[in-house]
Amino acid sequence: MKSSRHALPAALQARGVSRREFVKFCELMVATLALPPRYVSAVEKAFSQTTRPVLVWLEFQDCAGNTESMLRTSNPTVAEFVLELLSWEYHETIMAGAGKQAEEALERVVRENKGQYIAVVEGAIPTADGGVYCTIAGKTALDIATHVCTNAAASIAVGACAWDGGLVRANPNPTGAVGLQEAVPSIKVVNLGGCPHNPANTAAVLTHYLTFHEMPALDQYNRPLFAYGNIIHDQCERRAHYDAGRFVEEWGDEGHRKGYCLYKMGCKGPEATYNCPTVRWNDGTSWPVKSGHGCIACASHRFWDTKSPFYKRLPSVPGFGVDVTAAEIGWVGTGVVAAAMVAQVAGNFVRDRIRPKTAEKTDEPKDSRGD
Amino acid sequence: MARIVVDPVTRIEGHLRIEAQVEGGMISDAWSSGTMFRGIELILRGRDPREAWIWAQRICGVCTMVHALASVNAVEDALGIEVPENARLVRNIIASTQTIQDHVVHFYHLHALDWVDVVSALKADPAKTSQLAQSISDWPMSSAKYFKGVQDRVAALVASKQLSLFGAGYWGHPAYHLPPEANLMAVAHYLEALTFQKEFIRIHAVLGGKNPHLQTFLVGGMATSIDPNEPNATINPERIDFLLEVAKSAGDFVSQVYIPDVLAVAGFYRDWFGLGSGVGNYMSYGGYPQGSIKDPADFFLPRGIILNRDLSKVHPVDPANVTEYVARSWYDYSGGDQVAKHPYEGETNPKYSGPTPPYDFLQVDQKYSWLKAPRYQDQSMEVGPLARMLVAYASGQQDVKALVDATLAKLKAPATALFSTLGRVAARALETQLLASRLVGWIEELRDNMASGNVRIHNGEKWDPSTWPDTARGFGFFEAPRGSLGHWVEIEDKAIKNYQAVVPSTWNAGPRDAHGQRGPYEAALLKTPVADPERPLEILRTVHSFDPCLACAVHVVDATGQLKARAKA
Repeated sequence: MKSSRHALPAALQARGVSRREFVKFCELMVATLALPPRYVSAVEKAFSQTTRPVLVWLEFQDCAGNTESMLRTSNPTVAEFVLELLSWEYHETIMAGAGKQAEEALERVVRENKGQYIAVVEGAIPTADGGVYCTIAGKTALDIATHVCTNAAASIAVGACAWDGGLVRANPNPTGAVGLQEAVPSIKVVNLGGCPHNPANTAAVLTHYLTFHEMPALDQYNRPLFAYGNIIHDQCERRAHYDAGRFVEEWGDEGHRKGYCLYKMGCKGPEATYNCPTVRWNDGTSWPVKSGHGCIACASHRFWDTKSPFYKRLPSVPGFGVDVTAAEIGWVGTGVVAAAMVAQVAGNFVRDRIRPKTAEKTDEPKDSRGD
Repeated sequence: MARIVVDPVTRIEGHLRIEAQVEGGMISDAWSSGTMFRGIELILRGRDPREAWIWAQRICGVCTMVHALASVNAVEDALGIEVPENARLVRNIIASTQTIQDHVVHFYHLHALDWVDVVSALKADPAKTSQLAQSISDWPMSSAKYFKGVQDRVAALVASKQLSLFGAGYWGHPAYHLPPEANLMAVAHYLEALTFQKEFIRIHAVLGGKNPHLQTFLVGGMATSIDPNEPNATINPERIDFLLEVAKSAGDFVSQVYIPDVLAVAGFYRDWFGLGSGVGNYMSYGGYPQGSIKDPADFFLPRGIILNRDLSKVHPVDPANVTEYVARSWYDYSGGDQVAKHPYEGETNPKYSGPTPPYDFLQVDQKYSWLKAPRYQDQSMEVGPLARMLVAYASGQQDVKALVDATLAKLKAPATALFSTLGRVAARALETQLLASRLVGWIEELRDNMASGNVRIHNGEKWDPSTWPDTARGFGFFEAPRGSLGHWVEIEDKAIKNYQAVVPSTWNAGPRDAHGQRGPYEAALLKTPVADPERPLEILRTVHSFDPCLACAVHVVDATGQLKARAKA
């Protein structure tokens, strides 16, 4: 990002941001990324440039669920993102311009900010039959993704579909859909899986990138470890019930009303990684297990085919009801949420060294049309 | 004579392209095209019907949950399952919350910039803006200082020369008529509504774990356990208090911000009560059961059809009369392009025959869309909030009649003004007010049930697939924010054999049929003035008034042809 760095108050005041609000935001980002507090000033600097970093958001075979999820962000709010922190110059669902003017705005970014802007991609990219299953302004999704992302400084895939093709790629994959990395192999994509992505994680990744000019530590799927490094089961508030052998046996039964473990109702938490239980959704209000339904492992690789049927009990979770076996399925050897969070923070201090082996299966479902 | 192309139509869900012919400053013909296809119903085949809703919900992330609800309704219809009263109430609470939030987002974030010139707000006098705001509403955020702060924020944005999302707008277009003070007030409310939408939707987070894509429906009921004495039940007295508080705050925002804004904007654009009428037929499946879902007469919003703008008669709706054409859509039918097929007999063999990308124009005299053309007894139907309000009004639903008549009186407009672009905007706002008030009542009914010890939330009699018949089929419907939604499911050997959705934006945004009859968008655009073909703001006004949702609109059904062959490959 080209920029001249100015004194913090002047640049911020011009954007109508109070210093207190701004520092609060910086501290929160540092906390989400599990960085030491001394990084707050680095985050402040990154967002105090007179020229705001440019972001474009592309939508292909999508449901706009990731866009909607982004609109729910609170730290910062979407208004702060688009008005003060970044220059959000293209995003079909919410931009003012349409048609020719919208396309010109995108082209201008590619031309004038070449190598300096962030590209966010939502939705799968169809490759069958010359790409006719998704066109925008008469151009195929594949052509647009290749053109925009190969000229970007960084590309981020938000949601399951942009990561690995998601639902659109589920068997029989009628349109030959793939994720961004497969569609444009020459770039390195950071993947923020989930259906949808959690905007708290996306905000943290953007902050990390703008602060350090590099992405946070990533796992084998190029997902940031701070968000995808821990087993859901290990962070789950119902874990104590699992360890004690207390399960929901039928929907609405006494166990369900008391908040017992949902394993027998098909919960995929023991096989899934995500920070869903700790970050939660909609301002930390809740997450699916808290609200009474099992996890469907929506942040896992090719989850639609590998984790369904969603109401079938996982076959191979070892010895439920016995504390010690938890270590076999989780990176963190205890079911205590607090301990898991401490471990997570510790892991992220040494960002570049930790590559924990996740318990997620890495089986590749066969594409009937991935050809 | 010039051909105008708007692609992408932005500030909608999905990928929509409009081509329009302009003669003498007015649209003489128009074509609506959906340019994206996924094939979700095909992907559903062979899966467990109990989880169909999890997949179908992903048809759309904007009107999230609507396909989930239509899906469980369809499977419950097929298997003969009645859900407990608490589950019905939770579904009504979730559904009305969705519609309220969706309508607010539509007006402020998807539609307002067609009427509001953001840059003009810089010229406003904050003191006069404050006077204007206080003259139309008691909403407390209305001081001169507050509006000055918003204006400073916009000024900083413009001064930075990085206008972000607002960079490519049609600012200064001659069709913008609001005075600078009204523009500033609207920009302030645009920002307030951004906060409102994320706060209000926390109702979904409590009941569904997250929004979008709630994870709480079950065939037979809901996963929201309910218990007056359990702190870990999804619904308990503490959560009820939270839901009531949020629901009541929504009522305030809608009646003190949204409704006054719509009336104020409408006052400056009265000519749009005479534009954008369209096909003139309006359909509603009816929604929000107050007893059994099999008893439409008892729905909060009634079922019916209005034909040819005649409000004196409400015609019945029979789902058996719904068919779809593919004469101008990129599909083949085994019986040829002249036939229309009912969803149970539907087939979808995608066969793209449009121009090779990149292209400049579609072949609009041939096939030109991934949307099919749904018809009711061979007629185009407009669906959505306007259709619902008209059907309710003509049916004599008391709440709706009072609200519509009072609004028309304020606007000094006859009922016929509703058949228009602004009529859709007004109907959507009135429906929001109606539902915001009813939402509180449904939460209170749930609270009272809980207090009386009724903790039943799921009917598990048919949860085990061994209790199912060998074959079954069902129809599930719902009035989604954008209109009548139907899911049709066929179950065989415990798995989905065939699945089909006919959704609101397919009714509204669909192309011509075998008889050349236009879809509602296409018909509504006729005679729309276009002041500057390079900046076709007026096209956006009418198309946006329908609140397009294109991801929903493109779907695939029983693929007996090409796709099935591919699936086996």
